[in-house]
Amino acid sequence: MKFPFQQLRPEDSGFQPSRKIRPLTEEETHAMFEKTAKFIRENLQLLVNRSYSTYCFRLHNDLTVYCVNEMTLKLVVGISGDKLVLLGRYFGKFPKTHEFQLDITALDYLAPYAKNGASHQAFLSENHELKSGLVMGNSLADILLAFGVAAKSTQDCRRVDTMITVAFHQADIGEYVRHEETLTLNHHEDLGLCRRA
Amino acid sequence: MPSSRPPRREPGQRGLLPERQRGSCGQGRGFPRHRRGGRRSRGNVRRRAQLRRRCSRGKGRLPGTVFPNELYEAKGPRLEWRAGKSKTPRGHRLRQRGERSGPLWNPARLRAGPASKCSGFLIGPEGRKRRDFGARSAPARDVSVGWCLISWPSRTWNSVPSSFRTMGRRLDPTKEKRGPGRKARKQKGAETELAKFLPAGGDENSKRLSSRARKRAAKRRLGSAEAPETNKSPGAKPLPGKLPKGFCKPFGVSAGAVQTPGKKEALSLFNMARGKKRPAPTHSSAEEEEEDSEGDGVVNQEDLWGSEDSDADMIDDYGAGSNSEDEDEDDGEELLPIERAARKQKAQEAVAGDQWSEEETDEEEEEEQVSAESGPREEEESEGGLQINVDEEEPLLPPAGEVEQDTQAPDLQRVHKRIQDIVGVLRDFGTQREEGRSRSEYLQRLRKDLATYYSYGDFLLGKLMDLFPLSELVEFLEANEVPRPITLRTNTLKTRRRDLAQALINRGVNLDPLGKWSKTGLVVYDSSVPIGATPEYLAGHYMLQGASSMLPVMALAPQEHERILDMCCAPGGKTSYIAQLMKNTGVILANDANAERLKSVVGNLHRLGVTNAIISHYDGRQFPKVVGGFDRVLLDAPCSGTGVISKDPAVKTNKDEKDILRCAHLQKELLLSAIDSVNASSKTGGYLVYCTCSIMVEENEWVVDYALKKRNVRLVPTGLDFGQEGFTRFRERRFHPTLRSTRRFYPHTHNMDGFFIAKFKKFSNSIPQSQMGNSATSTPTNPDLPNMNGQVTLKSESGSPSTKKAGQAKQRLQKRQHPKKSSFQKQNGISKGTDTELSTVSAVTKAQASSKLQDSSQPPETAAVVREPKEAGKLKQQSPKLQSSRKAAFRKQRAPPKTMDTDLPAAPSLSKTQATPKPEDRDQPFGNTTGAEKVKHQVAEQPFKKAAFQKRDGTPKGFKTPTVSSRSSSQPPPAKRRKSQSRGSLQPALTSVDG
Repeated sequence: MKFPFQQLRPEDSGFQPSRKIRPLTEEETHAMFEKTAKFIRENLQLLVNRSYSTYCFRLHNDLTVYCVNEMTLKLVVGISGDKLVLLGRYFGKFPKTHEFQLDITALDYLAPYAKNGASHQAFLSENHELKSGLVMGNSLADILLAFGVAAKSTQDCRRVDTMITVAFHQADIGEYVRHEETLTLNHHEDLGLCRRA
Repeated sequence: MPSSRPPRREPGQRGLLPERQRGSCGQGRGFPRHRRGGRRSRGNVRRRAQLRRRCSRGKGRLPGTVFPNELYEAKGPRLEWRAGKSKTPRGHRLRQRGERSGPLWNPARLRAGPASKCSGFLIGPEGRKRRDFGARSAPARDVSVGWCLISWPSRTWNSVPSSFRTMGRRLDPTKEKRGPGRKARKQKGAETELAKFLPAGGDENSKRLSSRARKRAAKRRLGSAEAPETNKSPGAKPLPGKLPKGFCKPFGVSAGAVQTPGKKEALSLFNMARGKKRPAPTHSSAEEEEEDSEGDGVVNQEDLWGSEDSDADMIDDYGAGSNSEDEDEDDGEELLPIERAARKQKAQEAVAGDQWSEEETDEEEEEEQVSAESGPREEEESEGGLQINVDEEEPLLPPAGEVEQDTQAPDLQRVHKRIQDIVGVLRDFGTQREEGRSRSEYLQRLRKDLATYYSYGDFLLGKLMDLFPLSELVEFLEANEVPRPITLRTNTLKTRRRDLAQALINRGVNLDPLGKWSKTGLVVYDSSVPIGATPEYLAGHYMLQGASSMLPVMALAPQEHERILDMCCAPGGKTSYIAQLMKNTGVILANDANAERLKSVVGNLHRLGVTNAIISHYDGRQFPKVVGGFDRVLLDAPCSGTGVISKDPAVKTNKDEKDILRCAHLQKELLLSAIDSVNASSKTGGYLVYCTCSIMVEENEWVVDYALKKRNVRLVPTGLDFGQEGFTRFRERRFHPTLRSTRRFYPHTHNMDGFFIAKFKKFSNSIPQSQMGNSATSTPTNPDLPNMNGQVTLKSESGSPSTKKAGQAKQRLQKRQHPKKSSFQKQNGISKGTDTELSTVSAVTKAQASSKLQDSSQPPETAAVVREPKEAGKLKQQSPKLQSSRKAAFRKQRAPPKTMDTDLPAAPSLSKTQATPKPEDRDQPFGNTTGAEKVKHQVAEQPFKKAAFQKRDGTPKGFKTPTVSSRSSSQPPPAKRRKSQSRGSLQPALTSVDG
């Protein structure tokens, strides 16, 4: 589910984002993992404890969350926050609702842990709830296309007629082009100016 | 009836419709797809789908299937098919398409020059040379349809649509001639041609020939005996008798030919598009056309056993004999005896001596004219030979003393023709020129015409004329009119090239591997889907990137787990390429000064899945202060963009000297800070790549040379096995000889954007002190820059306004200083002690000597230490304070850069006179030279002394530096200099240009 942004101007809210790069706070970490866990469930453990690379999450401008590896982290020390534009892998952002919003760039990270089949299995097992679950849209050539939240179980999907919504759209790779400006902006001010419908 | 389609063509119109017209016909919305006009009209959808399947799928595919629309887009070279060994997976044979030229009616766009040829992946029959269906596979068939000559590989012949085929006569050697009709008699050529190639058929031909033709054939044989290779390629065939006819056949002799002027023009244009040099195919086209007109538009076809080396194999061979015969028969009655004699003579010469070598075409043409015609008329005649559509003749130059007035808009065709003519004249100036006209007059006229025709500003055109010899200049200008092919780079972080190519082919994209040098590049010929919006693109499987911008990254050769700085990164193509070569390990700091442009970088890096990048927007000049110590640095400096005129034609007019120099200044600053950001003691790296998309010497060699003087860097080979070497001298400038290891790329030779790449290796982290100070004073914010002599930095260094002469002498000195140092570092390794020693020494001398003296004495000083380590050791023991100016002077005198070699073409006598330096000569105190004038003198003399000294020692090391004085009198013109280079473009020209 996508949360529309609150259209608060920064000066109205009295919120002063810092331009610093800092680790996430407890709450923020919680919010982020909660959101991520919706998609990859218990595989979150695997995502966090990856053996082959050490990395951590960093918050920039109180807004954007980046997934940063060790070496990058060392280098970024010398760079001031307001001159920084991107750092490692952009994961998602915390708009002022304090909900974590996962963006399409996280797809690569999520995809290995949320294969289509796996999530189908998850759906099948909790057939009665089917509240959430990641749907990875794959094209035939195994190109990851999108992710979203399933509205129906797979069994239902077979039955339903064509007009029913199967998945709530969360993010798709077209956003690289369509929403390039929102993907690239990293200030709250910009966020206010550039709103998504 | 509302749904009826408007007629697509005018009643009499054949062939290709102009694109504008095609776009506007058909119905609009509300009609079914296939009825809609413009690009969306699909025609027979099913049939097209079937055809596409056959083209794209391995199994159902017919090797020669042609889309109907392609037949009508008769842009000659586009109809070439590759029938050889397939390079793509699963046996797909990709369609080989020609260059995507602009509108058909623009002659400038339609020429497939050697640019296309050399690129290795394009273009057309000449470009491909029918490599794939050469001698080992079936021969090709040439078909001329109307005015268009198309060659088909004969194995695909059966799949040529019948509607197309009926336009030509099918060649079947086994078939008997139908009857003795006029057509048959005239068109026996195909069979005779074939017979020529067949072993037995040599002699029967003569039976059928007329007596005149027989004589001619005999002569030809004679000629071929003299020059056996002459007859091999059809291009080497004798000239047809009627030279002056040229393009203007319809206006010339055979007035009986009924053809529309439009077709004529298209023909000439087409030939231009085909031919390498214009006049060469001219004749063939004329013949062909003649054939056409005489044979009622029936087409001749022939079997050319496509040979690899025959560049002009489209030239219609068989017409030659019978043609000229016909001509003679037709026109013989009307000719005066003297004309006949002249013709005869011409024919003889044509038979005996004439060979159409590619390069000499123009000259040959001109010579032909000259020998044939009598003296005073030669200018007009040569014009007549080249005329396109001009009725009255016009002298190349306006009458002497008369100033050309621009009354009305110039006729472009005429201007074009004049350009060709003048180029022809300038090639053979002694014989071709009008009496009493100087070369500069011609050049001026040419410059004006080129500016008019290609709409260049005067400044840029002047620069280009300095840079290129004339013939190459025209090629360059024309290459700038044509867009470069779309290329894309596979993102190996996400996919493989093979898979990507497969996926794109399935989407209806025609592509090919870019070249041998790239493992990830693909070139796109044609696409039925927008190439920037396919799912693969969105998923980041590839990046649209020019071929030339892959090269710097390949030169940089980033390794895994390195720290890399990309100083001017927008729009992120190179950055992502670096990331993919590093496999997302290590870290890349991508910087760009422009925050707006960074958005595209972010987007691209997101899309391509780059996770090891940091993006910042500092000014690049701040760099070593922000972060330093990188293993490798890529500096793609902002530039004037003179290499990418095809992308941004505004460059043609909106650049002037100041812009160029401003760019150069910024580039120097950036380059220095980039060098300072490199960590020389890096285990894996210590490299820096400097590149620009400009071809100006000021922004390239000059900048690199400056950096060589200012920092402890040396140039290393870029690792790219093609491209032309950088200049080591250009007009009045002399650069360091290692600039040969830099690379230049041009649109007309490599079919990629104009580019310059230099790769440095930093060998010491220390910065030469005095120069550090100098650069600090000179580099920051010197907005109104440079005087025009290129003495910018020198001037600011000297502190006091110095004369030009002194500045030049200093410049020379500094140049020498560098190689010395680098060789030293190479030999002895990096010794920090020495470096610091040097710096203290220099500091002392700086304090003591006057600024000018110091400036000039500094470089050799370091060199002296280098040269004699013993002395250096002594010096080290002494305290810096003890070092007097006397010693500085001594060292200055002694310091012969090791790299100076003994050849001193400019001043042999000087070096001889000073060949035996006396010991006291070294110890000559500096105090003797009081006046600035004297210092200058000394400084200027010094190199010779040094060289002489070294000669005596017999230790010439390092590079051979031609120590010419900076007067460029002895320098050959650029045309000559570059001639050797302009040939083999893909292969590196390893021969030294000027040394």
